[in-house]
Amino acid sequence: MWGGRKLGSSGGWFLGVLGPGGRSTQAARPLISPAVYAKNQLSWTLQIKPGVFSEYRTMWFKSYRMTFSCLNRIKNFRYPWVKLFSTSQTTVDSGEVKTFVALAHKWWDEQGIYGPLHSMNDLRVPFIRDNLLKTIPNHQPGKPLSGMKILDVGCGGGLLTEPLGRLGASVIGIDPVDENIKTALCHKSFDPVLDKRIEYRVCSLEEIVEETPETFDAVVASEVVEHVTDLETFLQCCCQVLKPGGSLFITTINKTQLSYALGIVFSELIAGIVPKGTHTWEKFVSPETLESILESNGLSVQTVIGMLYNPFSGYWHWSENTSLNYVAHSVKSRVQEYPMSAEFVLKRETEELQATACTNPAGHEELKK
Amino acid sequence: MAARLVRRWGAVRAAAHSGPLVPCRRWSGASTDTVYDVVVSGGGLVGAAMACALGYDVHFHDKKILLLEAGPKKVLEKLSETYSNRVSSISPGSATLLSSFGAWDHICNMRYRAFRRMQVWDACSEALIMFDKDNLDDMGYIVENDVIMHALTKQLEAVSDRVTVLYRSKAIRYTWPCPFPMADSSPWVHITLGDGSTFQTKLLIGADGHNSGVRQAAGIQNVSWNYDQSAVVATLHLSEATENNVAWQRFLPSGPIALLPLSDTLSSLVWSTSHEHAAELVSMDEEQFVDAVNSAFWSDADHTDFIDTAGAMLQYAVGLLKPTKVSARQLPPSVARVDAKSRVLFPLGLGHAAEYVRPRVALIGDAAHRVHPLAGQGVNMGFGDISSLAHHLSTAAFNGKDLGSMSHLTGYETDRQRHNTALLAAIDLLKRLYSTSATPLVLLRTWGLQATNAVSPLKEQIMAFASK
Repeated sequence: MWGGRKLGSSGGWFLGVLGPGGRSTQAARPLISPAVYAKNQLSWTLQIKPGVFSEYRTMWFKSYRMTFSCLNRIKNFRYPWVKLFSTSQTTVDSGEVKTFVALAHKWWDEQGIYGPLHSMNDLRVPFIRDNLLKTIPNHQPGKPLSGMKILDVGCGGGLLTEPLGRLGASVIGIDPVDENIKTALCHKSFDPVLDKRIEYRVCSLEEIVEETPETFDAVVASEVVEHVTDLETFLQCCCQVLKPGGSLFITTINKTQLSYALGIVFSELIAGIVPKGTHTWEKFVSPETLESILESNGLSVQTVIGMLYNPFSGYWHWSENTSLNYVAHSVKSRVQEYPMSAEFVLKRETEELQATACTNPAGHEELKK
Repeated sequence: MAARLVRRWGAVRAAAHSGPLVPCRRWSGASTDTVYDVVVSGGGLVGAAMACALGYDVHFHDKKILLLEAGPKKVLEKLSETYSNRVSSISPGSATLLSSFGAWDHICNMRYRAFRRMQVWDACSEALIMFDKDNLDDMGYIVENDVIMHALTKQLEAVSDRVTVLYRSKAIRYTWPCPFPMADSSPWVHITLGDGSTFQTKLLIGADGHNSGVRQAAGIQNVSWNYDQSAVVATLHLSEATENNVAWQRFLPSGPIALLPLSDTLSSLVWSTSHEHAAELVSMDEEQFVDAVNSAFWSDADHTDFIDTAGAMLQYAVGLLKPTKVSARQLPPSVARVDAKSRVLFPLGLGHAAEYVRPRVALIGDAAHRVHPLAGQGVNMGFGDISSLAHHLSTAAFNGKDLGSMSHLTGYETDRQRHNTALLAAIDLLKRLYSTSATPLVLLRTWGLQATNAVSPLKEQIMAFASK
């Protein structure tokens, strides 16, 4: 989806998915009551009580009562959001913006609906940090990533952008949803240090590509690629904005029977944790597919590790098993690929031939070398 | 899981009514306030050590820390000849913490006394327990509080680019952020000082003693009661110079009396007794006081034949089972004089905060727990809190986390509540157990003490737990 304005299969957003084949058009489905989530929404494996509890809590606390009634209005609000992408203009009217403000607060409520994303930072931030530190010879204590430029694609409310900023990096966070960026801007405005290090923009990845080719040391696309329509284009754009030798970090959900069973059927339909239509199983990406696309675009995959969420403790864990969530780290190769290498080989061969054409003994020695 | 949900309920419920004091107020103005990463309220031993630990932490190099101390800056130009009467027993674990930011070196250059053995015995029986390490390593150190404070102040001055210390500054109001992130209100804690200046901070650490203002303002429940006891402290001169590396404690029915070594000729006295007796001790003249101290340690007036026989029986049985270990009761050195004007008393009580953390608030030291001095654990528990909290905050900072986030603060709380609650309960139990001279309890504790003394692994466990 962030590849630009292609929203052909965004109808997947509004489905009550009962099976992978059940795909309808962008018809409005008033029976569905999803809350609005940006592409940073992940699918949980098993999260019964906290999710349900938070719903019960909404009935108890006044500050959530407003949100609860807004949930009914939100389902209508989804549709102008769709138009947002097809025209890439902010066509959201100010009345709806107010309801979004109430919901946009959910980003930063660590006990709320985005809790698992907050706790996922315990895995993804050290992963990004440690892999980037390998490329820095001497890092400053306290600001280990200072001097690095990072792009956070689909930053949402800035959950991952802010920790990276605190570690010293200059981060640009982009998201097509205006309200998310507003929340993110508002949240970082209170911290003078982060305010200077982080920049947010409402735009898509394509727009960034035109302005800033080969400028970033790292690109982070966390919980994004399972919402993208054209994965190939998206990854190509990621590669274009990366400096040679730069890192691309992707976290996403695997396309397996288990992820269907737990991530779609259980989380969305049975337990109602994830609103229906948030995820489409067809768009889940297996590590093999991801790897093949990355490799064919000049990115060499360094690591793929699985992540598992424990809903009872609320913490994520690393795992050998990548059948649910996983993270992939790939690096853009430093030398240019195929087109150049053929010429290079030819050049070397001609040089060698010329060398042998000279005096034989000298030529022999050179050949031996 | 259930505990986690209960915690969430508790946190949200408590935050929803925000205690009896300041309700959640939107702080829309004063955006020009300095935003500190950590503010430590209270510049005593524990508060200053916390500021040091964070200031010297490698992951805090670009963070801003503020230490607020209500009193004036104490400058110790020259070590005074006379020893101060307020001393602390520093465990090896606390010494490790102090050396991690270089304060222990300053203490070693000033003065301290290591003790290698501890004898604890009963006034009502012959039972005793002797603690020592196998290779006679140092069990702990007796250091004057002023010396520790001076060492900490020196280390704080060395990191003044990261740690700002404000003396004579007392916070008069704390304003908590809204529990639910709101668009136009600052998510930080606001602190107003007596002179009107305001700060904002991402994490407020309350180290302001057992009447903690931070704890009260946060509305955290505190379980507390007063012991009907006051402690008398004094600096005593021994009759003759000895090696003086043993700490002595005797449990009298009125309360424990302890003699802690300061030098070859000096020891510090900590005598917990009833309020009336304590007032008497402080006001009586020096000779009488010295006699009272000596007889408290030496007199066997509270012994009863029954208990003596019962104790002897168990001792005989233990002797049969473990013929090698013979611990005869030793007598502490006799006291000749007391330093003039060194007799002071202060009341004792117990306190324990129900929660050590709230969003953006953490309590350490006496603000979180207040304990009887009979085990010499008060400040060591505080230093243990510092180790744990500094470790959690360091990891959080290296992960780029928001320092006031409950996810790592609850880790600190679980860590320390487990340790502190057990220790607090044990000390309170000991205090109550040894406050009577009723025969059944005396018998119980006599046999219990003798049995514990005989079981070396158990003693080692106790020492290990207390010296963390």
